[in-house]
Amino acid sequence: MNLAALTVHDASEKLRRREISSVELTDAVFQRIAATDDKVHAYLTLARDSAMEQAKQADLRLSNDAQPSPLLGVPLAIKDNFLTRGVRTTCASKILGDFMPPYDATSITKLRDAGAVIVGKTNLDEFAMGSSAENSAFFPTHNPWNLERIPGGSSGGSAAAVAADQCIAALGTDTGGSIRQPAACCGVVGLKPTYGRVSRYGIVAFASSMDQVGPIAKDVRDAALLLESIAGKDPADSTSANHSVAKFSDSLNGDVKGLRLGVPKEYFVSGMQPEVEQAVRAAIRQLENNGAKIEEISLPHTEYAVAVYYIVATAEASSNLARYDGMRFGHRADAKDLTETYMISRDEGFGAEVKRRIMLGTYVLSAGYYDAYYLKAQRVRTLIKKDFDAAFKHCDAIVTPTAPTTAFKIGEKIADPLQMYLSDIYTISINLAGLPALSLPCGFDGEGMPIGLQIIGKHFDEATVLRTAYAYEQATQWHLKRPSL
Amino acid sequence: MKLTRESVQRVATLARLRLTSDEESELTGQLDRILAYMDKLNGLDTANVELFNHDIDNLSALREDKVANQPNADALLANAPERDETFFKVPKIIE
Repeated sequence: MNLAALTVHDASEKLRRREISSVELTDAVFQRIAATDDKVHAYLTLARDSAMEQAKQADLRLSNDAQPSPLLGVPLAIKDNFLTRGVRTTCASKILGDFMPPYDATSITKLRDAGAVIVGKTNLDEFAMGSSAENSAFFPTHNPWNLERIPGGSSGGSAAAVAADQCIAALGTDTGGSIRQPAACCGVVGLKPTYGRVSRYGIVAFASSMDQVGPIAKDVRDAALLLESIAGKDPADSTSANHSVAKFSDSLNGDVKGLRLGVPKEYFVSGMQPEVEQAVRAAIRQLENNGAKIEEISLPHTEYAVAVYYIVATAEASSNLARYDGMRFGHRADAKDLTETYMISRDEGFGAEVKRRIMLGTYVLSAGYYDAYYLKAQRVRTLIKKDFDAAFKHCDAIVTPTAPTTAFKIGEKIADPLQMYLSDIYTISINLAGLPALSLPCGFDGEGMPIGLQIIGKHFDEATVLRTAYAYEQATQWHLKRPSL
Repeated sequence: MKLTRESVQRVATLARLRLTSDEESELTGQLDRILAYMDKLNGLDTANVELFNHDIDNLSALREDKVANQPNADALLANAPERDETFFKVPKIIE
């Protein structure tokens, strides 16, 4: 039996019954990485020594702890934009170099307290800016289902590592779809919680009004278990919300009878891959057969979301990334004076997409353009949020595709930034509105590439999102399929 | 073409980014196309729409003024490109 293929809940059960040890499980994960990562390239940094030590500690705790966390002894992968004390954090950027974080992100502290084993840090688009993981300064990650294709992005390394059984589950971040779109591309489950649900303290800031931490996992129950472990108010993040954290895994009863599911007509548009539409429509029928009530809804400002997002996100990014100046940490160029040191350090340290976004963000915030672009976008963002508020008056959750196509070929869209931005059309509105949303597998296209179904919930109603996803998952077999590597 | 090469140079200076001449011309074209796409927002009347705001009900983020994270100078300086004892060393600012 391949232990690395286990889910969190299965591994946890075996660990508690002492059928396996965390050391055995962790070793199996590293063996799997050794056998497959020269093809997938999911990891930027492996933390084998500290992971094996954490596994030993977990085995001790397993024999003493009467009520162990479901994550105790379970090997997890972490996107390389979380600060991890003692493990290099690069954000897939040359500007951070071999940055060694002096502290842990709050979500990492919570995982450590739960006794999880941290396997290593996964690849991403530099500073989480991208939809394909091709913008990494180090190397692209390859999709385990087809090595010529992208794994999605920006959390492409985490999604690929989960799909390839190179970890039991993973954490990612999602600013415009960066958990859900790679989860869809790699045939796994990805959950972006409500803005404020999980602390952002210690994740490298990209667009602070939208960044959110969430799980990427092999099934819906695992996503629920991970969310329970990382959610909650954090004094170190003033935008983390005071909402009580339910035991989300308890809401997974497979029942969607009477649940009202909205299907937005604006999300089924020309340009989407026909097989994606067919699979998503079939998934909606499946939920209807299980007793959900399907209703067509309208989100009239959908067509403006990409424009709003790339104004707000780049504006926030240009401000957040001002800190990379070569003074206190990261890359510093040799130059004749201070200004030139800033300019050359940033030129040498940032990749093309990051520069493009800093430029765009600086432009829309600059004198003479601030009202026309930034403030305009903030008003249209209100309209997008109100669309969802109105829709949720008569539905409990919304069901859509996660992405308009399955994973495209590496290199296919890299030369055309606008085309790349449009691959986020179904995911970014959710970040603009601050809502929770999950992607789970709902089929494959003719080339054998996975298709993702997105379920969107009301603010802080991850329970309904997870319950709906679980009901669909139980009625289908997609989540049991794994790529052959 | 709305965006000129001169405005790209001006923005690069504001952003403290050195760009090569090739980067400048490539970015001028790309940013121009992206900004043209964003102009679709002008078709919407937003005169009576308020600015976006997350409804997070944190009544107060204040806490007691107590040291919660004892600064560890060595750990903080460990990533510095250049240091001098407990200081970050930076290029000369005043001639």
